[in-house]
Amino acid sequence: MTLKSLRMRTTLSALAIILLTISTFSSLAVGAGQEFPVPPPPFTEGIFPCSNCHASMEVNRKKRELKEEHTKIRMHHAETMRWCLDCHDAKNRDKLRLYNGELVNFTESHRLCGECHGNLYRDWRAGIHGKRTGYFMGTGKRTYLLCAHCHDPHEPKFKLIVPEPPPFRPTDRRNVK
Amino acid sequence: MSNKNYTRREFIRNLSVTALAGLSLPLLSSCSREEAEDFLQKHFLEMTEEEKERVIAKLEQRYLEQYGRKFQISTQEALPETLWGYGLELSRCVGCRRCVYACANENNTSRYARQLHWIRVLRLKRGNLINLEDSEHYYAPETVPEKGFIYLPVQCQHCQNPPCVKACPIHATWQEPDGIVVVDYNWCIGCRYCIAACPYKGRVFNWAEPNLPKDEVNPNVHYLGNRPRMKCAVEKCTFCIQRVRAGRYPACVEACPTGARKFGNLLDPKSEIRYIIERKRVFRLREDLNTESRFYYFFES
Amino acid sequence: MESLQGLLRETWHFYKKTLILVSRGSKIYYAWCFSLLAIIIAGFIFYWKQHEMGLLETNMTDQVSWGLYIANFTYLVGMAAAAVLLVIPAYIYQFKPIKEIVVLGELFAASCMVMAILFVMVDLGRLDRFWHMLPFIGSMNFPASLLAWDVLALNGYLFLNLLIPIYLLVKSYYGKKPNWKFILPFILLSIPWAVGIHTVTAFLYNGLAARPFWNASILAPRFLASAFCSGPAIIIIIFQIIRRVSAIKIEDSALFKVAELIAYSMFLNLFLLGAEIFKEYYSGTVHMASFKYLFEGLHHHNELVPWIWAAMAMNVTAFILFLIPSTRKRLSTLNLGCLLIIVGVWIEKGPGFVIPGFVPDPLGEIHEYVPNLVEFMVSFGIWALGLLIFTLLMKVAIPIETGEFSHTEYEKERPYLRPH
Repeated sequence: MTLKSLRMRTTLSALAIILLTISTFSSLAVGAGQEFPVPPPPFTEGIFPCSNCHASMEVNRKKRELKEEHTKIRMHHAETMRWCLDCHDAKNRDKLRLYNGELVNFTESHRLCGECHGNLYRDWRAGIHGKRTGYFMGTGKRTYLLCAHCHDPHEPKFKLIVPEPPPFRPTDRRNVK
Repeated sequence: MSNKNYTRREFIRNLSVTALAGLSLPLLSSCSREEAEDFLQKHFLEMTEEEKERVIAKLEQRYLEQYGRKFQISTQEALPETLWGYGLELSRCVGCRRCVYACANENNTSRYARQLHWIRVLRLKRGNLINLEDSEHYYAPETVPEKGFIYLPVQCQHCQNPPCVKACPIHATWQEPDGIVVVDYNWCIGCRYCIAACPYKGRVFNWAEPNLPKDEVNPNVHYLGNRPRMKCAVEKCTFCIQRVRAGRYPACVEACPTGARKFGNLLDPKSEIRYIIERKRVFRLREDLNTESRFYYFFES
Repeated sequence: MESLQGLLRETWHFYKKTLILVSRGSKIYYAWCFSLLAIIIAGFIFYWKQHEMGLLETNMTDQVSWGLYIANFTYLVGMAAAAVLLVIPAYIYQFKPIKEIVVLGELFAASCMVMAILFVMVDLGRLDRFWHMLPFIGSMNFPASLLAWDVLALNGYLFLNLLIPIYLLVKSYYGKKPNWKFILPFILLSIPWAVGIHTVTAFLYNGLAARPFWNASILAPRFLASAFCSGPAIIIIIFQIIRRVSAIKIEDSALFKVAELIAYSMFLNLFLLGAEIFKEYYSGTVHMASFKYLFEGLHHHNELVPWIWAAMAMNVTAFILFLIPSTRKRLSTLNLGCLLIIVGVWIEKGPGFVIPGFVPDPLGEIHEYVPNLVEFMVSFGIWALGLLIFTLLMKVAIPIETGEFSHTEYEKERPYLRPH
């Protein structure tokens, strides 16, 4: 790596920044229809499609404590002002319902979360909030995770996890021959 | 460096290396041909393409014998118009050390009799960030995060003014055009001056022949990155050079369960790292040392 | 042609005579040489083990990545630089008693240089790749890396300190006056060069912003001041041994003069250290941690504390001994002071300087380092080798200085060689 090549690099970088800036502005309009490849939503096994059970059940819109079904679900998500049917569509249980009445699939649940958590949703779309895997550039695929992959939507606070072991101390037996 | 000058220098060097080879012939005749070749191996940046190919073939053979695996050794150069930058959202790190071990597995670091890690996660009391003297490196609670503490992962910060590169007496470590600070493990003489010079403890040393179990080997390697190292050479984080030059996220980014780790091209205004710098409150460790690190810690805006 | 043959014969005779000189001596001489040799061999065996297994054989770690070897290196560079103390008065001011012994002082510097270079070499993980460091052949990172500077400075100084005394001794052997036009520039050059090697060695540490303990601009002056204590102190002892076991005359006044210089240097050394300690403790920033570790212990880690206080006590005692003329000019107290300085300065600028630079490490980890058997044995081996080299050099240099070993003696034996 010579000095000359270093200098050339700086010039080229400056040029690239200018070009990229132009392309950003011109592509802003296109950005709206961005798609987010995600793995399948994290359902408990055998629970989906919900209509398997719910189709034959009468809709009970009363806010109440569930005693027979879904007993494992603990609602700790602004529970004083929220109820199942605020998010799950009453008529089509296989869909989620946005504020404007639009029905969305579970694979697009982020749109529902984004309705309240606007700032986080913006960061998530930019790839900042939450984890991304795969390819960040080039032709390879980048995978997003749904909000629900990390946060239980009914109880979104992040759970404590078991840490990996600490490194060996310099004097650790395993670090000596 | 002018071209003419370089040629002359090259000539002197070739002549001297030949002379050195000639002089040490009696010494080398007692070694195997392979040992002699290792001894006279050139600096990576001065090898021709054929020489690189020969070295790669030799290494692949050696690794096959040693680890029983066919290695893919890349020498891929820096991609044009790339300058890598890293982001780490401190408010989201829970100190679980998933990154530490994902890094070790990806990068073929020695597992024991000296265990080498390229990432250290420090636990700090809340209300404290700069004075690391009270940090705990060996915390081992049952679950994390713990009340009253925050976690600060540290690895090579790939500085724009790397003190380690300045310190190395023999150019065994240098900064690539995409900003990655790499080591030619075959050129390093093991003086450890770079370790003394690094303010981030970004470098570790192979105190003995590295201990890497055969079944834990990652055979997809880069010559300047995660290929198996040898006794008494220094090593460090390379932002997973073997992955990022192919457009893949580094191993630590993919391992982080909270998505606290971000990576991208600083020259691309649409990249994740540029988004962070422009919208979040970022800081860099030891900015006062003017290392111009490319590792941006950030908080929610 | 004939003259060339004559020269070759002379040289051959010189070397043969040298070998005979070196191989003959008293029982004490033999015992001394062979015990040194035994230590060297033991050291080499331990080094070989380290070379084969890697530096894991030592107690150095990623936390404290330099240890006893680099501590000794730093000390010995100071020792070598101190030879300049004897050169200045000898050549510049023509101070007679010192001039007679300056050649011996320079050979001492050369021996120290050999030891210093060896200490760096045993510290290298990959000695087999040493050629990467050679100018032109390897790829020396000059002028950016201070270590590259150090390689050039140390080898240059070794060269000067071999060239000057050997030239003077050979001239003396042939009973000729030295060609001052030739050798004086080298002598004059060696003075700034001596200051240079220790300054460069100080800058080696000084330039590291990552290590606040070393990153103090007072370091180079401190290094020079402490070197000008320890170097002359060991020279005073050696000269007394030489005048006892050989015919060479070294006047007491020369020793006292050197001791006076030591007193000034020790004052400077203590003053500069005090200034540094004041700055650290009064400002009380987080950078004080290493000083605290050294002088009081940090978070119950206090391995170096007794050592540094012992060193302080030794240095102050020696300073007082050398300050008072009556104790300075009495051989018993003079020697006591010298011993105190040799040990005190070794602790202060060897382990007491290198280790705290790494404690706590840049990420705040505290790991206490104690050298292990391998490091001690290799170090003893190098010290023994240095002493042996110095002894053998003395064995040749002293008879030349006293005129016992000279070309005229040789001519007497071979009268036919005389010019007609």
